[in-house]
Amino acid sequence: MKRLFVLLMLLAGLSAAPVLAGDLGPVVPRASGKPHPEGNEFWRINHMLLMVHDRDQTMRLGNREVQASLAECVDCHAVKGADGAPVSAEDERHFCRTCHDYVAVKIDCFQCHNSRPEAPKQALRTPEPADMPGILAYLKEAGE
Amino acid sequence: MERTLYREIKATRQIVQLAVLLAAFIAAAALAVLYIEHHGHIVTGMNNQIVWGMPHVFAIFLIVAASGALNVASIASVFGQVPYKPLARLSGLLALALLAGGLAVLVLDLGRPDRLIVAMTTYNFSSVFAWNILLYNGFFVIVGAYLFVQMARSMPYGVIRTAGTIAFLWRLVLTTGTGSIFGWLVARQAYDAAVMAPLFVAMSFAIGLAVFLLVLGLITWLTERPLGEKLVARMGRLLGIFAGVVLYFTAVQHLTNLYAAEHSGIEAFILWEGGLYTNLFWFGQVLIGGLIPIALVFHPTGGAKPASAFVASALVVAGGFAQLYVIIIGGQAYPLEMFPGYQVTSGFSDGVVNAYSASYLEVLLGLGGVALALAITGVGMKVLRILPTNLSDANIGQD
Amino acid sequence: MILPALNFPKKPADMNRRDFLKSGGAVATLALAPGVTLMAFGGQASAAADPGKRWGLLIDVNKCPSDCSACVSACKVENGWGNDKHAADHPEAAPQWIRKVSLTDKSTGREFALPVMCQHCENPPCVDVCPTNASFKRPDGIVLVDKHRCIGCRYCMMACPYKARSFVHEDVTDQKTHAPRGKGTVESCTLCVHRVDAGGAPACVEACNTTGNAAMLFGDLNDPDSEIAQALKAYPSVAIRDDLGLNPGVRYSNL
Ligand code: HEC
Ligand code: HEC
Ligand code: HEC
Repeated sequence: MKRLFVLLMLLAGLSAAPVLAGDLGPVVPRASGKPHPEGNEFWRINHMLLMVHDRDQTMRLGNREVQASLAECVDCHAVKGADGAPVSAEDERHFCRTCHDYVAVKIDCFQCHNSRPEAPKQALRTPEPADMPGILAYLKEAGE
Repeated sequence: MERTLYREIKATRQIVQLAVLLAAFIAAAALAVLYIEHHGHIVTGMNNQIVWGMPHVFAIFLIVAASGALNVASIASVFGQVPYKPLARLSGLLALALLAGGLAVLVLDLGRPDRLIVAMTTYNFSSVFAWNILLYNGFFVIVGAYLFVQMARSMPYGVIRTAGTIAFLWRLVLTTGTGSIFGWLVARQAYDAAVMAPLFVAMSFAIGLAVFLLVLGLITWLTERPLGEKLVARMGRLLGIFAGVVLYFTAVQHLTNLYAAEHSGIEAFILWEGGLYTNLFWFGQVLIGGLIPIALVFHPTGGAKPASAFVASALVVAGGFAQLYVIIIGGQAYPLEMFPGYQVTSGFSDGVVNAYSASYLEVLLGLGGVALALAITGVGMKVLRILPTNLSDANIGQD
Repeated sequence: MILPALNFPKKPADMNRRDFLKSGGAVATLALAPGVTLMAFGGQASAAADPGKRWGLLIDVNKCPSDCSACVSACKVENGWGNDKHAADHPEAAPQWIRKVSLTDKSTGREFALPVMCQHCENPPCVDVCPTNASFKRPDGIVLVDKHRCIGCRYCMMACPYKARSFVHEDVTDQKTHAPRGKGTVESCTLCVHRVDAGGAPACVEACNTTGNAAMLFGDLNDPDSEIAQALKAYPSVAIRDDLGLNPGVRYSNL
């Protein structure tokens, strides 16, 4: 259902403005810190599953040495706002919102979780597009 | 004797007006839910002391009534009472509708109704609550099947009887389960009692029959279909007996509690010094919901009049509501006894009687559940052949 | 079952799972039968809650002055509760993870106070009644709410004999990163599980020590050599509502 919806959104976007191909995709900001060893593409596709899995690891079993920690995502993936502080999920530039807004996915995580790093360990970034073609291809595939 | 004919009800002007009224209540409840969802439960009267409030009183009332409304059908198919047979379909439909209304209220009051899917897919089998979810789902399936076999053409009577028996047993378990939601709460002095389960079964008999009588009276009056006076009086007397059984179990509940020293505090609270709750108990539950309706239906002359049965039904409904209010809210208003022998105070309402006043939002939500139940019943009667055209005493073999 | 099997339905065309396993080496086991411990992302089993332990508290009521509420303040700061928008005008609806309860003995008139929080029962009624398994007990005895699974039915609050749980009645903002909390779910003392997992002690205990009262002792009840186990062995202590047979992990001495 959702996948179908994603596809429809994409098709709508593609057919509406084929000439403006450059403006099409979401601007996914670059991250700081070490990149994921599994690669960006793997994480784009599987981040939700990884987080749900590791969430249960942490919550239920007390295992905190996991890789998909939401507290850590918002650290490396923090985006600097106009005031120099990291933006929260209220802001559409927030890392987690870029793709989601684009494909109309809504997540409730930040009703409880802080969407900003409390004490940022990583340098903050200004939003600049990451791997645009890759992301576009992925988002297209996500709809299939 | 004419054969019983079941016909869909017609959308007369009164029926349409009633439907519009019900729709308005449902819409109001929907708005109330959205409002609560958006602002959180802070806008309701419920808080961290009175955890379950007015919506739960409504929801449990409807759920208890649902299983009781099925009694008429059980009396007909399980116990072979001929005069009740024409009413069996309405009884099944009403049971389903009341359960749907009650569950809607319960679900819409959750803190995260959006996660209902979690409740439907993960079960903790040591939780009475989880068992109840299964029991409710089963009730829909079983009573639905029962309704179906009743309405199917040329269904052998044995099948109907079997379906009816299964439905009857299921509803007994279901109400036991509803009662156990409270009965197993050992932490709270008001609930920690095995008698909770039979008490709830008795309440369901009384409340369910009362709601059934009221709905039957209303719909036959609106559709101008005959309804036998003797039939109504007979059901009225049955209601009187059920009301008596409720009083009996209530007495057992309080007498056994008085006997156990640890429960003397809560007993004194409900029976003597609880203010609103004491009044609701004696005047609402015992007098209005018990003694007066019993007197009405067994009155040597007045008892034969249909009006007595209908008034008694209304009183039993009111009394049952008062009883659930006392059990649910009163039981929480009384402070948890953590330190026997000590005077307790804290910044978190320890040791004080907790105040509760329902917000209008909660009342709207509850009434919406009632309206939903009635609307489902109405729509059911409109599209299915549920209601007999003629329920006069002569026609249904009531002597 | 507690853990869903992890299997990835969607894979990019140019990468199948075997390649992935080879390339990263980080993923040891992916889709396993439920119940088998998953260490998908290089986590170490040793980092998880130890089932051999049972964390608990021993509170010495004599050392707890009536007018001190350092433990409560510390908990508020640590876990970010107590400042919700309507906390002041609707105190009865405000969350409360830990509270000071003042007691007066009805027969002797003796007055004293003690902190009450989740008692981390061995047989927690909240866990029994929770329809969705959101209430659970960790292997090391800490009782928690999995807020990802909580539907906000509040049955656990009805079942708790200690009034230790509260329901979040409104939107909250600026939560602590290590203590997420949000509207519509139930919460309670976590024994500062994030600190315990990092080898530390709960914030309340730390604060109590800082005041110099040192009324709270935190430790592993199962370890006979631990300070708390030694103290429990040496002096009499009680559990609140011991009659219920819940065997709480929080005990009180000199009550
Ligand atoms: C140690 C720092 C770090 C952490 C922690 C981290 N990431 Fe990343 N992530 C990166 C880097 C670096 C990249 C590469 C991005 C780039 O090229 O700008 C990346 C890329 C990604 C991408 C692909 C983005 C794209 O351009 O397509 C996703 C999706 C992603 N991360 C999600 C997550 C999620 C979800 C979490 C938390 C569970 C997380 N990351 C935690 C550093 C991190
Ligand atoms: C109702 C509140 C709530 C919501 C909504 C919520 N969480 Fe959590 N989450 C928690 C709590 C509480 C913890 C436990 C924190 C701890 O012990 O450190 C937690 C822990 C986690 C953890 C492990 C700790 C960490 O940061 O690595 C992950 C991963 C996680 N949540 C992911 C998610 C994701 C993904 C979503 C959205 C789909 C989500 N959560 C939504 C309350 C919530
Ligand atoms: C590269 C784009 C991208 C980024 C960046 C991204 N997501 Fe996603 N996410 C998606 C897409 C696309 C989906 C929908 C996939 C589907 O349902 O098929 C999704 C789905 C999810 C879901 C499941 C939603 C549901 O209701 O099923 C969660 C949870 C989630 N993302 C969390 C996060 C978090 C947390 C972050 C930030 C740390 C993040 N995502 C960043 C693309 C992204």
